[in-house]
Amino acid sequence: MLNLLGDFIGELRAAGIPVSMSEHVDSARAMEAIDLSDRSLVKNSLAATLVKDGDHMPVFNTAFEVFFANRSLASVEEMLNAEDEDSDEMTREGAAGASGPGQSRGEGGGASSSMSAQELADLLFRALRDGNREALRQAANEAVTRYAGMEPGRPVGGTYYLYRTLRNLELDKLEERLSQVSLAPGESEDVLVQRLARDEARARVEMLKAEIEREIRERLVDDRGAQALAKSVRKPLPEDLDVMHANRDEMAQLERALRPLSRKLAVRLARRRRRRHRGPIDLRHTVRRSLSTGGVPIDLRFKPPRPAKPEIIVIADISGSVASFARFTLHLVHAISSQFSKVRSFVFVDGLDEVSRLFEGVDDPSEAVARINAEADVIAFDGHSDYGRAFLTFHERFADQITKRSTILILGDARNNYHQAHAEVIADLKYRARAVYWLNPEPTSYWDSGDSIVSQYAPYCDKVIECRTLRQLEAFVGELA
Amino acid sequence: MSALDPREELAQRLGLLHLPPLRFDSPRDVRERLAQHDYLSDDSIASVTFLADRLAKPILVEGPAGTGKTALAKAVADSIGARLIRLQCYEGLDESKALYEWNYRKQLLRIQAGRPEGSAEEWSHLEEDIFAEEFLLTRPLLEAITATDPVVLLIDEVDRVELETEALLLEILSEYQVSIPELGTVKAQQIPMVFLTSNNTRELSEALKRRCLYLYVGYPDVERERDIILSRVPGISTALAEQIAQVVRSLRMLDLKKAPSVSETLDWARTLVVLGREEIGEADATATLHILLKYQSDIERATKELLGRSKPVA
Ligand SMILES: Nc1ncnc2c1ncn2[C@@H]1O[C@H](COP(=O)(O)OP(=O)(O)OP(=O)(O)O)[C@@H](O)[C@H]1O
Ligand SMILES: [Mg+2]
Repeated sequence: MLNLLGDFIGELRAAGIPVSMSEHVDSARAMEAIDLSDRSLVKNSLAATLVKDGDHMPVFNTAFEVFFANRSLASVEEMLNAEDEDSDEMTREGAAGASGPGQSRGEGGGASSSMSAQELADLLFRALRDGNREALRQAANEAVTRYAGMEPGRPVGGTYYLYRTLRNLELDKLEERLSQVSLAPGESEDVLVQRLARDEARARVEMLKAEIEREIRERLVDDRGAQALAKSVRKPLPEDLDVMHANRDEMAQLERALRPLSRKLAVRLARRRRRRHRGPIDLRHTVRRSLSTGGVPIDLRFKPPRPAKPEIIVIADISGSVASFARFTLHLVHAISSQFSKVRSFVFVDGLDEVSRLFEGVDDPSEAVARINAEADVIAFDGHSDYGRAFLTFHERFADQITKRSTILILGDARNNYHQAHAEVIADLKYRARAVYWLNPEPTSYWDSGDSIVSQYAPYCDKVIECRTLRQLEAFVGELA
Repeated sequence: MSALDPREELAQRLGLLHLPPLRFDSPRDVRERLAQHDYLSDDSIASVTFLADRLAKPILVEGPAGTGKTALAKAVADSIGARLIRLQCYEGLDESKALYEWNYRKQLLRIQAGRPEGSAEEWSHLEEDIFAEEFLLTRPLLEAITATDPVVLLIDEVDRVELETEALLLEILSEYQVSIPELGTVKAQQIPMVFLTSNNTRELSEALKRRCLYLYVGYPDVERERDIILSRVPGISTALAEQIAQVVRSLRMLDLKKAPSVSETLDWARTLVVLGREEIGEADATATLHILLKYQSDIERATKELLGRSKPVA
């Protein structure tokens, strides 16, 4: 173990944030240049030197809160220099020694018994109503002692304790009570005023949640040490989230990340194309043109730079579990549609429908994607994915439009609900098309388990690709253009 | 430890005669002096600005449109009594617009006025003459490093330039000197504070990011936005400013195509002041929502969610 800063940077890297050597050096220099007892300055200085992407901030924040939980740093040496002791040991000692308000924690358990559930609820309410940080801290401390039931050494994550605490606090009631106080009697009629009061109450309850989370985290750090804890609370970066298994919060992160991601991809590809906009000189054409200038080749003609733009055909399963994966892919492909000669999109469950028209003339693909669910006609029977039937339908109606310029992109988990595969359709499409790719959002280890029939289609695809994150998706789509 | 001071090290490398004075005492000092110039910062803006001064490093400021990235550089310049030199980036910006250019017109005039008879000697005199500083048009980058009065350099919307131009910027920001073939090397007279802003439309190069401190400026929280309104909109009451900031926060929580920016908040606040409002009701909001939201679909959504029939609270 080298030092606290080194360990912290190790954790950032483990979480996927790229930190270079020179950034490591910069952060150390920053620590030498600032007042280390100013915690917020320490935090912001580390962020400014180590994190160069706004989307990575939440991951940085979590790691910082764990590594620098209730520590006040006495000196640069403490932060930068080697310790002989085991670093977990060091962190624990540091935490116990340095904590100010945390000191009361030991007695917190005893003291709380004197407070009834009702008293605690009132304390919470007043702290939130008055926006009193100190009281809120105290109340959070009480709440955790009382409800979290934390046991030393128990290897559960913080969310378990958070859940247990929150469940007992009846936050809905608290929020309701808070939103009532700010409403003067006459005002409560106005819809907008009511809405504002409610949003304000919600924001305050969020403050409470954050405070409780902090309290639990600090106790866990005391118990297990920063490094061990950091590992168990580590969250992936948005671009590394598993699209199939994202919870609501993560799904919101994904949605937010998608738009800038696809915009950047579009800009990057457009620039790449522009830079290569000239191919080699087309001699014949140049000579032909030179006839009009007395044989002097003034107007040079160039061959097209690369093979003509491909035509993309997307065929996407949009049933329950894979729906969001399909949405993201459609969004991304359409965001860069200028890189293709044409993009046609088909969606299916057990019936199949073309949705290309939804994307026509809209600037923002997310608008079109949002309309798919309401407007596409994809249920023919029972609403369970039937790949075989969907492929048959596609073949019947569109096979003759597939040419050597078409690249076919099939999206789905190939979970066919034990219906017939009709892999021969894919075989025929491959014969007609330039290439057939299958993107599967499930991890490879799940393929062919249960009703997944990936390997029945795989022989007729140019490639079957595991595609679980935005990072993988972007890389693949970028390669297509 | 002073041997490690990054400012000293840089000054030595550049052969500066004296270290630039430290411009800020503490993050708090940053905050207070920016506030005196009507810029309301927060902990992270103040900390990073302070750190940039101590480390003599440029700041790369990123964030949504209209959150005060450009205004930050202006306010910093004002608060340290420096001149702001701004390089506005656009696609196609090149050396001749960013760094320097020879003034051909003036050179031509000089040649015509001189009319050498044709001897080699005379020609070489003339050449020396017309490639003198007098005929040089300095553009923002060169101007910033050669200035002798205090300056702040703002490279605005750096994500718009091509990769090649980005490399040029990077070179200037690490070498602080420019070599002009006809003139020789021009060295920096000072290490200015440098701000680069980006709207994140393109991935900037790793090298540029490594070179800079990074500051993400998001939307302000309710208190800060209220204070921004109070400082930028004359004649507004605290209660109205607070309510405006709350409405804007609620709007930003909806899933909109384009969330209202701080500039739009300010436009809205000014409108309400002109209308003589002391508080906002449903009706005013409905009538003026288009100032905050630019897309029809966003306006519809906001009308429905914020102003629509209220649902009972759970
Ligand atoms: N923190 C602040 N304090 C005072 N005024 C602010 C602040 N933030 C933004 N403003 C106001 O908002 C306006 C817009 O800010 P500015 O032009 O700096 O945004 P920007 O982030 O550079 O936007 P863009 O990305 O569109 O260039 C400014 O004119 C300023 O009046
Ligand atoms: Mg700007």
